[in-house]
Amino acid sequence: MRYGREPEVLKDISFELTRGSFHFLTGPSGSGKSTLLKLIYLAEQATRGRIEIFGQDLALLKRKDRPMMRRRIGVVFQEFRLLDHLSVFDNAALGPRIAGRKPASYRADVADLLAWVGLGDRMHAMPPALSGGEKQRLAIARAVINRPDILLADEPTGNVDDAMSLRILRLFVELNRVGATVLIASHDNDLVARSGKPVLNLEAGQLASHPGFDPEMAP
Amino acid sequence: MSLAFDANKWWPAPLLPRADGRDWALLFVVTVLSFMAGLAAIGGFAGSRAAQGWRSEIAGSATVIVSAQGTDTPDAAAARAAEVVSGVEGVAEAQALSAAKAQALVGPLVGPAGLPPDLPYPRLVAVQLDPKAPASGADLDRALKAAGVDAVVDDHSRWTAQIMRAGGAFEAASVALFLLVLAALGAVVAFATRQGLTARRDVVDALHLAGATDSFIARLFQARFARSAAQAGLAGALLAIAVAGLIKMTTAGDQQLTALLPIAWRDLAAPAPFPLLGALVAAVTGRLTAMAALKDHP
Repeated sequence: MRYGREPEVLKDISFELTRGSFHFLTGPSGSGKSTLLKLIYLAEQATRGRIEIFGQDLALLKRKDRPMMRRRIGVVFQEFRLLDHLSVFDNAALGPRIAGRKPASYRADVADLLAWVGLGDRMHAMPPALSGGEKQRLAIARAVINRPDILLADEPTGNVDDAMSLRILRLFVELNRVGATVLIASHDNDLVARSGKPVLNLEAGQLASHPGFDPEMAP
Repeated sequence: MSLAFDANKWWPAPLLPRADGRDWALLFVVTVLSFMAGLAAIGGFAGSRAAQGWRSEIAGSATVIVSAQGTDTPDAAAARAAEVVSGVEGVAEAQALSAAKAQALVGPLVGPAGLPPDLPYPRLVAVQLDPKAPASGADLDRALKAAGVDAVVDDHSRWTAQIMRAGGAFEAASVALFLLVLAALGAVVAFATRQGLTARRDVVDALHLAGATDSFIARLFQARFARSAAQAGLAGALLAIAVAGLIKMTTAGDQQLTALLPIAWRDLAAPAPFPLLGALVAAVTGRLTAMAALKDHP
């Protein structure tokens, strides 16, 4: 994967995340973690190689089929990407709304989830009025409201305290327990260690280690 | 005072941000376009009516120019011509104009001194034709020749054709202006849609990544611009109606102006469909433009 004529950001990477697995994606800044997530959530297209999600080759995926695949992938963006003109509740309800569900069918779920992430008393606030941690929790609520098959998170605990980090981790674990495949890019070594989950470690755009990875066999 | 949030009363807010400065500019341009189209439509109807009126006025009459022959006096020749023409089928009335009237007709051409009294000049017979089955110029000419009257018949056909052409050109110009305004509206909306997609790229990307289809996003812009065009179309149409109404009222006593542009009250209804038409054009243009532009998004 490369941007324009820049050097390759990711190269010679090969791995498979089995359905229902939970992995952390680690590595120093600039190692390609965000780019890897972008490839998975279809914000970028690989310049070479093959990516398969839900058994479908992304290079062959038609444009009209992309939205349906995206609805199965929840993403917590590092920069949140909240819609500033929408309230906390409207932001969190974006997924079901786009999926065409009637408001009555998801109002209660959204309210429960927002209460669970600690935004129960901020539902009519607008994102610019939220703290960094509140924005992060809202971004997480928006990503998980549709119970996605794959949950991707880019530094989801970067702006919250330890207690909230653990709470967020528990939410991800819970989603994983009910079947979601989870991949979290994180710098939080404590959180990674405490989770006990396997790690994919990227360095300079290459996969340095992952469970079952043997450096001797690397290309 | 605490405002508790009641999720049961929650209803989705508009996904696109409310109107900003760019939208006001669009509203202004569409209002002006609608105003121009409204005046063009009202003017088109009035102009068409004016041309029709002139045509029926000219086509319903003819003039016989009589020259005195032999011992006949000009007045006697004119009276004879009027008598002959009166008997032709399709003629309602024929009246020889007096010498004074004939002189008055050429007055503007020869000045206040008039023509010398000894100068022979033709006399005129004004002929009113039957509007249901008017006699032709050839019919009158035949009858006059048969009666031995030396006269030339002017059935105004030359003017009628010119007026018809002028009226047709006026109508065509009105339609062309109207279509031009619609095309301009489409172009303005297309431009605004592209600007909107660029300015709200964050919203578009967030919606895309949350699983929105191109059609879903295009529909947001389509609805936004259709609503704006309907509002602006209504404002422009009302403005055009007000201006045309004012013109009608202020020119009511002026026969020349009224004859040039005979605006009827019912003409003022011409811009009524503009809000709907504007909304339709904006919706179609907005959707097509958005769908094409969204292809560039991941």
